[in-house]
Amino acid sequence: MIKSNIKLLVLSFLLLISLKPLQSAEMVDPIKVEWSFKGLTGTFDRASLQRGFQVYKEVCASCHSMQYLSYRNLGEPGGPEFSEIEVKAIAASFEIEDGPDDQGEMFTRPGKPSDKFKNPYPNVKAAIAANGGAYPPDMSVLVKARKGGANYIYSVLVGYEDPPPGVTLDDGVYYNKYMIGNKIKMPNNLSDGLVEYSDGTESTVDQMAKDVTTFLAWAAEPELEERHRTGVKVIIYLILLTILVYLSMKKIWSRIDSEI
Amino acid sequence: MSEHEYTPKSKAGKWFNDRLPLLTLGAHLTDYPTPKNLNYWWTFGGILTFCLITQIVTGIVLAMHYVAHADLAFASVEHIMRDVNYGWLIRYIHSNGASMFFLAVYIHIFRSLFYGSYKSPREVIWIIGLMIYLLMMAAAFMGYVLPWGQMSFWGATVITNLFSAIPLVGDSITTWLWGAYSVDNPTLNRFFSLHYLIPFLILGLVVLHIWALHVPGNNNPVGIDIKKPSKDTVPFHPYITIKDAFALLVFMIIFAGFVFFTPNVLGHSDNYIPANPLVTPAHIVPEWYLLPFYAILRSVPDKLGGVILMFSAIFILFVLPWLDTSKVRSAVFRPIYRQFFWILVIDVLMLGYVGAMPAEGIYLVLARVGTIYYFLHFIVVMPVVGYLEKTDPIPMSISEPVLTGGAEPSLARKINDKV
Amino acid sequence: MSKEEKKVNRRDFLFTASYTVGAVGVGAVIWPMIDQMNPDKAQQALATTEVDISNIEPGKSITVLWRGKPVFLKRRTPEEIAEARAVNMDDLPDPQKDEDRVKEGKDEWLVMLGVCTHLGCVPLKDKGDFNGWFCPCHGSHYDVSGRIRKGPAPTNMEIPKFEFVDSNTIKIG
Repeated sequence: MIKSNIKLLVLSFLLLISLKPLQSAEMVDPIKVEWSFKGLTGTFDRASLQRGFQVYKEVCASCHSMQYLSYRNLGEPGGPEFSEIEVKAIAASFEIEDGPDDQGEMFTRPGKPSDKFKNPYPNVKAAIAANGGAYPPDMSVLVKARKGGANYIYSVLVGYEDPPPGVTLDDGVYYNKYMIGNKIKMPNNLSDGLVEYSDGTESTVDQMAKDVTTFLAWAAEPELEERHRTGVKVIIYLILLTILVYLSMKKIWSRIDSEI
Repeated sequence: MSEHEYTPKSKAGKWFNDRLPLLTLGAHLTDYPTPKNLNYWWTFGGILTFCLITQIVTGIVLAMHYVAHADLAFASVEHIMRDVNYGWLIRYIHSNGASMFFLAVYIHIFRSLFYGSYKSPREVIWIIGLMIYLLMMAAAFMGYVLPWGQMSFWGATVITNLFSAIPLVGDSITTWLWGAYSVDNPTLNRFFSLHYLIPFLILGLVVLHIWALHVPGNNNPVGIDIKKPSKDTVPFHPYITIKDAFALLVFMIIFAGFVFFTPNVLGHSDNYIPANPLVTPAHIVPEWYLLPFYAILRSVPDKLGGVILMFSAIFILFVLPWLDTSKVRSAVFRPIYRQFFWILVIDVLMLGYVGAMPAEGIYLVLARVGTIYYFLHFIVVMPVVGYLEKTDPIPMSISEPVLTGGAEPSLARKINDKV
Repeated sequence: MSKEEKKVNRRDFLFTASYTVGAVGVGAVIWPMIDQMNPDKAQQALATTEVDISNIEPGKSITVLWRGKPVFLKRRTPEEIAEARAVNMDDLPDPQKDEDRVKEGKDEWLVMLGVCTHLGCVPLKDKGDFNGWFCPCHGSHYDVSGRIRKGPAPTNMEIPKFEFVDSNTIKIG
């Protein structure tokens, strides 16, 4: 009796869930990409991460901050894994404000690996003022902060289109198929051949969008590889212990069952 | 409870035990006669204890790194995730642990509803349990505010604004809760303080909950009173401890699955956007475990009415032992009530589902139907069915049904004849 | 071996295995809870400091902060170096040659952790009975090489890892 009831319960619940598509009529589902970091044992593609950092540095970084990342992160395991020398060179290519010095003055110096990523604007209000009233969001955790995650970010990057007839856009507003509400204040900044990849990969819009999205996915979840690795170990361990405890339980309870 | 007096074997043990009878307590807990037919739905008490301890330990650790300040809270959480050794692991255990805690508590509550564990003589256990549940909701809500993301901020705004529905003093109470003229730094600070306090209150109530349980002893799937100790009982250790351990491990596998492979699926992506008092997210939803109550709140078109109904949905459970008029505890022997029980389960799941959907169209209709049934179930169905229902015959002892693997009434009657 | 005994053995093995595997798991869980209190990655990254020493006159010293602790950088005069090297090793509670406490060829630069090895106070410069440092907390006297001479401190003041990046810059850590 209980079993048939549970079946009924599950069925009715599934029916309910299937109503879901009703809600999001206006939104286009983001493109599904087979990311290497998906799945139980997913890891990042190092080369893609390094290219993605290049796209970020050359294209995105002039407007978008990544304030929770430090240059040292670029050399840490599970990330782009630049060599120590490369990380130092990358950091040193930025002028970082430091101070106050012994005279009480602020000064700039070349960046060190321990410095946070340089912010393109001194504060949020300056960023808004410089971008026509829209704040270019900080990209440190952007992938986690958007429904659809990496797929959504990638889709927006490749989703620029001419507006369909009947849609009028204000100055500085662009039409994007995948953006929520379809209107976006960020222009389409990617074009074929925009950056020159040092590893010889052809820099198509699609390639750059994938690379920078991979980079952002790592930035949002730098622990992902360690998490997956630890997780597999933990689950195997737990299953092993569960089997042992199950057998012990059978043994212990057999005393009772044989008594009767 | 076992009546025999426990005497420690060693002299030092006896000396200590005469002054503080901890060893007697330990012996009581070990030998505690437990019905031997408890099924896996009974393992969730142990699982919940594990959840509470996990939340307290990881919470204390997180508090060592977290900064309760509106300007720094979000950054300090990112610091935990990126820089603190194993910080990501500890935070994900804590955030997913809250969900696992509620999953377990809901199973625990519905188990009680099915087997009539709230009924005499266990009303006090039930009421203490509900107090724990209320405190859990408060702790979970305040904990969700601490990362100071968009959902934190707006969730706090919406929930504290519930109190503004109170006539005359509502606004003053809301301002008092905030310590400012909106949800702001003072609010965050006091929420952190209370979030740290509440788990220890829960721990105290858990002790009372278990104490109150050990007075009449466990209910069981057959729902009959049993002699203790007797052939119907087993000592708590090792029989129940090993069974609890096995169930806990299975639970931990699911828990680990969330922590390591989909740590954010139960949260909301908007909470990774720092709090912004100028922009409300398009779609505010509470955490999944509060959704049924959220649906009830939104099903009423009146502000005060919605708030009253939502709180009533919880407080009605406190008088449940007196709304249920049936003399039989276990739904195994209550063919009619059993059907209504499953309808209630479906109803609450449906309320949870529509709570996550926009409050319009079909969802609003479903929410209203669900809310009406929820209250009808407790106010009408339980008293009326209790009077009218013809229950199945109840066995005198649980020994025989255990042997046959289920509480079949026909078999039970045979035993009764034998007895 | 009788059938009975075999049964008992298997039971014992099961329980021992369960307890052992369980204990390993508990240990694995405890470690992250302990390690989280160790310096985090951001702290570790700040473990080096570079100091400009071009403005320090002979006989003078400066104090800089490294890992939250003071580091004394003293540019010693030839007389002070001679004094430090003339000390008889038998007079030292913690015998160490002055040559071993400085970088070869940069004998005038004494770089040491300004922390008394007794209980962690910061000693005062140009004080005490040995022209060096004196710790006001419990009266430890250090000489011009930072070696303990008198008082409760057990060892000489510690020399951190450091190097000369160029003639004007020292990197500590």
